[in-house]
Amino acid sequence: MSAKPPVLIITGYGLNCEAESKHAWELAGAAPQLVHLSDLLEKPARLHDFAALMFIGGFSFGDHMGSGHVFASRVRHRMREDLGRFVADGKLILGVCNGFQIMVKLGLIPGFDGDVFTQKLSLMQNDVGTFRNLWVTLRFEPKSPCVFTRGLDRMPLPVRHGEGKIFTLDKALVERIEAEGCVACRYIDPATGEPATAYPENPNGSLHAIAGLCDPTGRIFGLMPHPEAYLHADNHPLAVRQRIDGVLPEHGRGLEIFRNAVRHLC
Amino acid sequence: MSFRIEIGLKRGVRDPRGEGAAARARDSLHLPVRSIRTRDVYKVADDLPPRLQRRVRDAFADPVITTAALGRLRPPPFDWLIEVGFKPGVTDNVGQTARTVLADVLDRAAPDAGGVYSSVQYFVRGAALPRDAADRLARGALANELIQTIRIFDPSEWAAAAPDTDLPVVRDPHTPQVKVYDLEVADDTLLKISRDGILSLSLAEMHAIRDYYRRPEVRSAREALALPAAPTDVELECIAQTWSEHCKHKIFAATVRCTDDRGQARTVDGLFKTFIRGATMEIAKRIDWLVSVFTDNAGIIRFNDRWNVAYKCETHNSPSALDPYGGAITGIVGVNRDPMGTGMGCELVCNTWGYCLGSPFYDGDLPAGLMHPRRIRDGVHHGVIDGGNQSGIPWTRGFERFDDRYIGKPLVYCGTVGRIPRLVGGRPSERKEILPGDAAVMIGGRIGKDGIHGATFSSEELRHESPAQAVQIGDAFTQRKLYEFLIEARDLGLYRALTDNGAGGLSSSIGEMCTFSGGADLDLTKAPLKYAGLDPWEILLSEAQERMSLAVQPENLDAFLALAARRDVEATALGRFTDEGALTIRHGGRVVARIDLAFLHDGCPRLELTARWAPPAVPAPAPLRGGPRNKALEAVLGALNVCSKEWKSRSYDGEVKGLSVGKPFVGVRSDVPADATVMRIEPGATDGIVLAEGINPFYSDLDTYAMMASVIDEAVRRAISAGGTLAHLAGLDNFCWPDPVPSAGNPDGEHKMAQLVRANQALYDVTTAYGVPCVSGKDSMKNDSVRGGRRISIPPTVLFSVIGRMADVSKLVTVDFKRPGDLVYVAGLTRDERGASEFHRWLAAEQGAPGAFGGTVPALDIPAALALYAAMEKAIAAGLLRSSHTPTLGGLAAAFALAAVGGDVGADIDLTAAPADGRLADDALLFSESNSRFVVSVDPAKAAEAEAVFAGLPFQRVGVVVEDPRLRVTGARGRTLVDRPVDTLRRAFGRTLDRI
Repeated sequence: MSAKPPVLIITGYGLNCEAESKHAWELAGAAPQLVHLSDLLEKPARLHDFAALMFIGGFSFGDHMGSGHVFASRVRHRMREDLGRFVADGKLILGVCNGFQIMVKLGLIPGFDGDVFTQKLSLMQNDVGTFRNLWVTLRFEPKSPCVFTRGLDRMPLPVRHGEGKIFTLDKALVERIEAEGCVACRYIDPATGEPATAYPENPNGSLHAIAGLCDPTGRIFGLMPHPEAYLHADNHPLAVRQRIDGVLPEHGRGLEIFRNAVRHLC
Repeated sequence: MSFRIEIGLKRGVRDPRGEGAAARARDSLHLPVRSIRTRDVYKVADDLPPRLQRRVRDAFADPVITTAALGRLRPPPFDWLIEVGFKPGVTDNVGQTARTVLADVLDRAAPDAGGVYSSVQYFVRGAALPRDAADRLARGALANELIQTIRIFDPSEWAAAAPDTDLPVVRDPHTPQVKVYDLEVADDTLLKISRDGILSLSLAEMHAIRDYYRRPEVRSAREALALPAAPTDVELECIAQTWSEHCKHKIFAATVRCTDDRGQARTVDGLFKTFIRGATMEIAKRIDWLVSVFTDNAGIIRFNDRWNVAYKCETHNSPSALDPYGGAITGIVGVNRDPMGTGMGCELVCNTWGYCLGSPFYDGDLPAGLMHPRRIRDGVHHGVIDGGNQSGIPWTRGFERFDDRYIGKPLVYCGTVGRIPRLVGGRPSERKEILPGDAAVMIGGRIGKDGIHGATFSSEELRHESPAQAVQIGDAFTQRKLYEFLIEARDLGLYRALTDNGAGGLSSSIGEMCTFSGGADLDLTKAPLKYAGLDPWEILLSEAQERMSLAVQPENLDAFLALAARRDVEATALGRFTDEGALTIRHGGRVVARIDLAFLHDGCPRLELTARWAPPAVPAPAPLRGGPRNKALEAVLGALNVCSKEWKSRSYDGEVKGLSVGKPFVGVRSDVPADATVMRIEPGATDGIVLAEGINPFYSDLDTYAMMASVIDEAVRRAISAGGTLAHLAGLDNFCWPDPVPSAGNPDGEHKMAQLVRANQALYDVTTAYGVPCVSGKDSMKNDSVRGGRRISIPPTVLFSVIGRMADVSKLVTVDFKRPGDLVYVAGLTRDERGASEFHRWLAAEQGAPGAFGGTVPALDIPAALALYAAMEKAIAAGLLRSSHTPTLGGLAAAFALAAVGGDVGADIDLTAAPADGRLADDALLFSESNSRFVVSVDPAKAAEAEAVFAGLPFQRVGVVVEDPRLRVTGARGRTLVDRPVDTLRRAFGRTLDRI
């Protein structure tokens, strides 16, 4: 058994899922550490003390000027070199919700051809026009190289966002994203198992029902739904019924994503 | 010098913001708008070379979905262009953030003086839109002229105009000054001083102030500081603020001479002291988990060995009437600061909200100056959604009540639960202590004219000329930074005490804190300002948001300020706490105020009020002819006060922190509201908090005693239904009342006062009997609007919220039926209590006499309720209940329907089997809103065990859950009362406010 892999969770400036994200990595067997962005920017080389990095959910800079936009701009301007090296070193990066938005707006995803600092895609306002909090069903794509989703099939998770629609006008880019297996998970209609096209099963109108994307290596992964909000079985809205029916899982299903990451690191 | 950046979505990219604006234009204003496209505009006050301007442009825009230009971007086709910006001095949160980007791309260490100002362009298409329609669209849906500027162009005007680079900067040439008020004048002049200054001070209060300044010891103290003998404006404003109804609760403290309907008289020595605090002190003798009640910003109760929890609920009514978005976001981030400022500072766990509004479908006359209730509703929700979501605090309870008496003053309730370790730094975390010599430090946002007179304003009737500066706009982002910094500083032991800056600003926060040390001495020129030109009294009273005041040990001051700087939180030492017995305020070298604390806090003369009770006579509707009640049930389920609020609710984040266990919506499709919700306060813990509330302004029309008893019972029985226990349940009382002080314009003040006394008597009677102490509360006593010569007063409204400890959250029970074959029982007695019920209000309206909703209002049988709740607790602890739902509005009929909809199953119910007080008419059994009842379902294998637990109590099996999703209810002589597919009932419940 190897030592617990150190995981850096960046906090501050309106990010707000630090407690449950830390709890997730701890339950999965990692050693997470919370570091405020202003402290990290003072010494960005601290990044290299960690095996994985997580951009967490929240409302960085109030979502003003577009979700994740301002945080990404700060990271791009103030820790580009060290983050680039971190990626080149083959370490893991996970982004959830606002963290995913930050990663997409930085360019970490899709990160084709080694370019991780040019934004290629966007996460824009939901088609319904408002923030939505509801549980959706995800299907994980077996051919994706994503290390976080390996072996997973379906999972219910909550979404909580106003800007979760993956979008670009560049059709060729979408084709390449599909071809390289970057689509790690999609929103599906649980009745048919097929990608969902409309609200509420597809909560935001995302292209190809994309819920989460990784880079071509599978080591950099972001998604809109919140696995760290389903660490305990009774976080599920139907937990009371599942208990009565004897199908309450031992742990919250979201934990599996963090366990996959830790398994990869150990 | 400044430059302008315009950013628009590329062609082919959807614009939901524009689509939403177009929908509002069509739905609310009935304007023939075809489409709207929007753009963001930034005006940058910085003198940069073109190369750097281009760099800023690129950094501001999303390169994938937008295009950006310096100056003007080529417009989409339009008939009208409406550009909406902020007025000078109004908080521009987006502009503030843009300054951060500017600093980053220009490699500046921190944003410098140059500002960035945001605005939004709406390109409107609609061939048949005349200019006045564009104007109506701008004022009625896109902008609030109190805080925003509007510019409207047709295409040729736009082409002819130069790109606007004017900056909305406050340029006030005013030199700060201090005025002196001579109070040695005639009474009518004293009243004029109070009125003109919006001081809201009565003649008796003006006399008390005048007499204070006559005291020889006061005169000599003033002379020593070179202060004039007469009060300065700083002093008068500070006293007025401290004595405002909002801060002093003068009505609840008044001596009340009461006369009942039989002419019996008695005198109540303060409603709060006698009934609210009196009840809690009585209960405190029997329980050991009260930690801090009524003294701090929020009430604190013990949760378990390690944690205490604090809970506070506030209202933010008047500001929300003027600017629904700004008022409401200020309400939620403001109440967040209550637990944050309680004890040594709590971490925030969850939010609650609730609104009383006019119907969003209101089509009657609207007095000039009032916004349409739908616009108020949208704005209020949006404000609390943004405030809660951006702060990372999940909501857990929410409600809406609709009555057209709320069109003048919407009620906006916001609550927050916090947690705090029982010990902080080795000492009880609830303790407040300040020593002379501690630094008086303000942290958070800068000071502007925001919200000046907020405290006195909310104590006034809403008048047409209500000041625009009474509006503040909360900034959740700034507060989030402040919050994280505070908790970090708390755990490092960097401060001694803190409180929040709410109504009254520094005058209130420092004014209250300095009672712990015995005085304070501040220099207002040290306070960071948003712009120059503020008079000292304005700095002292400003309600600029996101601020807290702290007492910092002198030895920690440097470390405290350094950490604040690292966390991007502005912190300033304004002076120090003293033990001189007075609040001393300087403006640079000059002393501008000195007020003895004893006078400031205890010098306000006590109000004497009269209450005269006469029961109102409200006729009952004619009985409905016999026959099925499918239509009535669907009408009740779809009524505004009953129907699903899910669409708006799902815009609130309920799951951040991962602590939510009992969700606000439950059932197979998560589409039925829970009776109560359950949150952990620590990840993975066995125990948690259970929250619920009761509110029913309709019963107030018949009797406020019954109203109060019913809302307490509703809150309590909701908590019991989900698995809470009476042994560990605390309450919050939030009174919102029409003005109970008689005046020429308010002739029935004595009746409203009598209603208030009766409600308080009920609060005492029920909370002491239940053992549910109020630990905190709030009152808002002037909920009247006088506009266009029309007085609109709200119905007396009390929100009673409860918080309790649930020892094992896995015992949670939800309202939805679970499995076909489960047996359905009704627990608790039904009486013919349809007065002011949802059914009677529907029936009265159907009969064309909406005021004839009378009848017997629900009473409360306390011993029966206590026995039933004990049995419920036992049954839930033993795992005997598959579901439990307590009937409220709509009675048993609505309860059966929602349990079936939630379970996506049917039920066969024989209503005549339900425990009843004598032989009741079918409509009474269906729709009576009797208190203290539950509809529960039980696994047949456990039926005998469950029946044994309820032995001797009104508990009867009334039917069975069936697979066929159809609700069938039969009444007397086996007649069918309800026979409807569950999907039909789901639609009836869901459609009224779907996507609205």
